[in-house]
Amino acid sequence: MIEVKNVNKSFGGIQILSDVSSTFEKGKVNLIIGQSGQGKTVLAKCIVGLHEIDSGEILFNGSDFCKMNRAQRTLIRQEIGMLFQGSALFDSMTVEENIMFPLSMFQKMTKKEMVNRVNFCLERVNLSGRNNLFPAECSGGMQKRIGIARAIAMNPKYLFCDEPNSGLDPKTAILIDNLIQEITYEYEITTIVITHDLNSVMEIGDSILFIQNGCNWWSGNKNTILTTDNTEVSSFVYASEFMKEIKDSIRVNKRR
Amino acid sequence: MKWIEGFGKYFLMLIIIFRAPEKYSIFRKRLFNEIELIGVNSIPIVALMSAFMGGVISLQTASNMSNPLLPTYTVGFITQSSTILEFSPTIISLILAGKVGSNVASEIGTMRVSQQIDALEIMGVNSLNFLVFPKVIAAILFFPILIIFSMGLSLTGGWVALILSNLSSTETYIYGIRYYFEMGNIWYALTKCIVFGFIIITISSYYGYYVKGGSLEVGKASTQAVVSSSVAILIANFLLTQMILLS
Repeated sequence: MIEVKNVNKSFGGIQILSDVSSTFEKGKVNLIIGQSGQGKTVLAKCIVGLHEIDSGEILFNGSDFCKMNRAQRTLIRQEIGMLFQGSALFDSMTVEENIMFPLSMFQKMTKKEMVNRVNFCLERVNLSGRNNLFPAECSGGMQKRIGIARAIAMNPKYLFCDEPNSGLDPKTAILIDNLIQEITYEYEITTIVITHDLNSVMEIGDSILFIQNGCNWWSGNKNTILTTDNTEVSSFVYASEFMKEIKDSIRVNKRR
Repeated sequence: MKWIEGFGKYFLMLIIIFRAPEKYSIFRKRLFNEIELIGVNSIPIVALMSAFMGGVISLQTASNMSNPLLPTYTVGFITQSSTILEFSPTIISLILAGKVGSNVASEIGTMRVSQQIDALEIMGVNSLNFLVFPKVIAAILFFPILIIFSMGLSLTGGWVALILSNLSSTETYIYGIRYYFEMGNIWYALTKCIVFGFIIITISSYYGYYVKGGSLEVGKASTQAVVSSSVAILIANFLLTQMILLS
């Protein structure tokens, strides 16, 4: 479980996060949603320690990450897997080397054991046999799946996904969402997904935190978000014509 | 004020770089890889520059030797002195600042903007130590080899140019090279190139590592890395000459 308590973060005098507090539970897909530029990615980067927070607490299973030294943070980070928006695969390495990298850095495994683990992870993301491809030879969807395979290679306790389906077609996007959800349930991981994709929200949103102007504006899940009275959340969810039609049909059903 | 902040950031970066590697087997693998990229791949440009510059130095010296009081072996002596003291360690380092420096800055800069460095950090890897430390050690180990290679080729280039132009004999040229040869000059040149290698890699890494933005900024960082490391080499050259030759 990850707890965020009264987190504040500013850049050059501009307040980006104001008093953000939330709890991200184990074995659930926790979404952080909101419009672009509202502080979602900054919050995620603060949680994983890529940005130092101005004040507040970030607790990983009760231990304050902000008060840890580099060595202690390294131990926590070895329990974190992260899927980046652009996948962030190492271009000079093959798919196999990318997935094997964290294992070779931190695990005392033989080469054979590492290759077995790589093959298992690739099988898990439906990319068996693609070991020797380079990232540049893979499609966007494949790169995301390789990113997930690398993120789960170390059996992480925490999984962070920054806009996992941006730039993907709807079918592949759903495939990635389902994969994240399956892995979360299967390995009881605390998963945090940053997104503004409503398909993801409706597909995998076990718990949802809506960020507006750097504050935690609303929280709920994929069922309550459709019926909330919160104006900002409502206007975010029902921004498209398609969603407005869904809203109308929900009203009609309620009247019946 | 900004450059003072930059200096502070650069020295803090050095502290993070010079830590024990997380895994020596991976460090060794990366070190050999960097020796190939930084050192072995620079051999062609160093060879080309050294051979032609050696030839030009000897020809220019020979063409200006109109005074009959000057002994003929002076051409060899001047070629030797200028090659060992200045041309090979300093000019070749400036050339390497362009080739290696831009390469290092753009490689690390691209990793930064494509979030590969963030990925390393999140895995718990000390990204500066992992990326820069093998490059620094590779440069410190291989730059002296490149410079000695450059000295040899430059003197050979000078000899070939003089023989082809009929301006001196082989015996006179070799006598000139050996005349008043000081081993201390070789140590001075090697000390300089080790310092220059360190400067090129760390300054270029600094610009690459702290780049913000996209591919345009990576290009700018690469140019800044070359300019700054070249200026730093010139300043260090002056200070080292003061300290070693004039102390």
